[in-house]
Amino acid sequence: MSVQSPGPAVAFAGVTKAYAGGTIAVDGVSVEIAGGSFVALVGSSGSGKSTLLKMINRLIAPSAGEVRIGGVGVGDEPAHVLRRRIGYVFQNIGLFPHMSVAENIAIGLRLAGERANAERVAELLDLVELPREFAMRRPDALSGGQRQRVGVARALATAPGLLLLDEPFGALDPVTRDQLGTAIRQLHDRLGLTTIMVTHDMAEALILADRVLVMDAGRIVADATPKALLAGEGGPVAAALVAVPREQARKLQALERGA
Amino acid sequence: MSPFVEALTRVPPLLAAHLLLAASALLLGLAISLPLAIWSARRSGVARVALGFASLVQTVPSLALLALFYPLLLFVSGLVGGGIPALGFLPSLLALTLYALLPILRNGVTGLLGLDPAVIEAADGVGMTSWQKLRLVEAPLVAPVLMAGIRTAAVWTIGAATLSTTVGQPSLGDMIFAGLQTQNWALVLAGCLSAAALALAVDALLGLIERGIAQRKRGRVWAASGVLLVGVLLALTPLWPRSGDTITIGAKNFGEQYILARVIGHRLERAGYHVQYRDGLGSAVVFGALKTDAIDVYVDYAGTIWTNEMKRRDIPARPAMVAAIGDWAAKTAQVRLLGALGFENAYAFAMKDAAAKAKGVASLDDLVRVAPQLTLGADLEFLERPEWAAVQRAYPLKFGASHAYSPTFMYQALASGQADVISAFSSDGRIAAQHLTVLSDPRHAIPGYDAILMVAPGRAKDAKLVAALQPMVGRIPVEAMRAANYQVDRDADKATPDAAARWLERKVGL
Repeated sequence: MSVQSPGPAVAFAGVTKAYAGGTIAVDGVSVEIAGGSFVALVGSSGSGKSTLLKMINRLIAPSAGEVRIGGVGVGDEPAHVLRRRIGYVFQNIGLFPHMSVAENIAIGLRLAGERANAERVAELLDLVELPREFAMRRPDALSGGQRQRVGVARALATAPGLLLLDEPFGALDPVTRDQLGTAIRQLHDRLGLTTIMVTHDMAEALILADRVLVMDAGRIVADATPKALLAGEGGPVAAALVAVPREQARKLQALERGA
Repeated sequence: MSPFVEALTRVPPLLAAHLLLAASALLLGLAISLPLAIWSARRSGVARVALGFASLVQTVPSLALLALFYPLLLFVSGLVGGGIPALGFLPSLLALTLYALLPILRNGVTGLLGLDPAVIEAADGVGMTSWQKLRLVEAPLVAPVLMAGIRTAAVWTIGAATLSTTVGQPSLGDMIFAGLQTQNWALVLAGCLSAAALALAVDALLGLIERGIAQRKRGRVWAASGVLLVGVLLALTPLWPRSGDTITIGAKNFGEQYILARVIGHRLERAGYHVQYRDGLGSAVVFGALKTDAIDVYVDYAGTIWTNEMKRRDIPARPAMVAAIGDWAAKTAQVRLLGALGFENAYAFAMKDAAAKAKGVASLDDLVRVAPQLTLGADLEFLERPEWAAVQRAYPLKFGASHAYSPTFMYQALASGQADVISAFSSDGRIAAQHLTVLSDPRHAIPGYDAILMVAPGRAKDAKLVAALQPMVGRIPVEAMRAANYQVDRDADKATPDAAARWLERKVGL
């Protein structure tokens, strides 16, 4: 498959999300994400990374500031129209249990008024490396990893330029996690997507992304390439997060040498 | 023909009316509760109010709920200048609809709130509008839970619809109430079994739809829905063609009323009218039904109209009272009083002969002295009626206890000693048969109760109808009425009201 035109740029300008009661989930974030890049949003629980992501496809409305995709404000059109141009994959997957795999994958096409076509579904199953005969199965007949692959295929069915991933591998075993991460990075490269992935796993972010944004208490506290982060250029919060996988890797190496 | 098989022949038209009423209430209930369930699932405030109201409705006994719609609709009808029927189909429909709300609403809300949040997030994420989300995701996932609620509502509605008889809507309850009144157990059984069979059949069909939805078998859903639809269409058919003019004859809830309604019916049928009966109307409701043309003709009693409708406390002589009622009815309600039938069915306090002799009681004055040691058995409405208030004003009666019974059981209570004095009826055949002493009323507290033939405003100028009924005026002596009543009311070898009516017609030459 040939590389498509690069995905759109995404820009946050002074984006804030404050909840009634005073909790501030996202605190005046301004950042620009270049079209075609793979950006990881990393942070501990409650750092505001998921909230920031969901303000892109308006699952959450900002209290202040603006999000723009390809230069156009996300509030300029009805939310459902906006969302149909954005692929969205999240930890709990949310496959429709009363629909077959094929119907799940083709839901975006159906909403767009296109007739569900078996060929497109088969292509998408190929894309996420699932057997074509899965099309007629029900979601409950699949494993967790297979389900998330269907989730990815569903998100990509309408050929969106922008892919949002919210802890996409959070519920998967490490092997499946690794495989699916690699597969998504390959899809990102092949399709020329803009991909924004929320994860609490710094190793995953470092391995998959071009650029890592570290969030803490609603603010972006580090913004660097994986290489720069590993070199300690991200500040204390980022350094603490990077230290975990680095320490694990060091212990594993020591074990290997000792054996 | 066995009594049960004979009773079954009455089932089809009542079953049809019953099914139509229950189906209408269920559909209206769905139309109200489905949007309300969706709204409630979105707003917890709405859910609190809606579920609270629906639960409150369930705590009102269904009979009371039906009865409450009568004054309510009268009031509303008064506000808009008339035209809203307060009896029959409308109050039954409204009460049953309220009853159907709770299970549908509760299951709908529970189902919607119980949906996997991830599925809802995914539906939003792929760009569904809220209508698409409802249609493509929420509705199919909630359907099985919702269907369970609809089944419950259907069974409740079909069961409670038997009570609509009391507000003048034909249903299988007609057989149950009439059978209970005349102790025709075959009739009660046939009515109960038919209602139960209807409920079970509808529940089974809805169950088939429910499983069809759950297992995604469309054929099964369509087949079961089709059977339900055919059932409703069949029930509708008697409503389409109707030859001739249909007269609705009202009757209160006791044997004499059933018999007189049949006598009226037989005469009108001979005159070429199509006749239907509304048996078992409450005596407070029946005059209202006549005024609004919900029924066309019935027999009432002078004293009842005098005290309950006209609110009069004076007690004139019987002919003067009947004449005054005729004037009043024509002036205030355009109701036509054709005349008195010739006998009186007055409230009369009765005791067993032996007990009355032993205690030396012959009049209400005598009764005052011994009342504290006695138990009064009254019919269901007597203790609330102005006649009882009038009696109490005239005689300071203080009974040791008082119990209310349906009329048939009241006589049995007296016979078995559970009651010592009963509020009997002077035309009742059981007074003679059970050797009862009727206590005299020396202070004339109880007004006259001449049976009077009343015609609705819409029929008051129907010369053919008046001509067919006029011969009944002054024709029925109390002895003949008592004998006919006893045929229906006695414990053994009962006659049907229809047969007793035929006997009475022969006896008095009508």
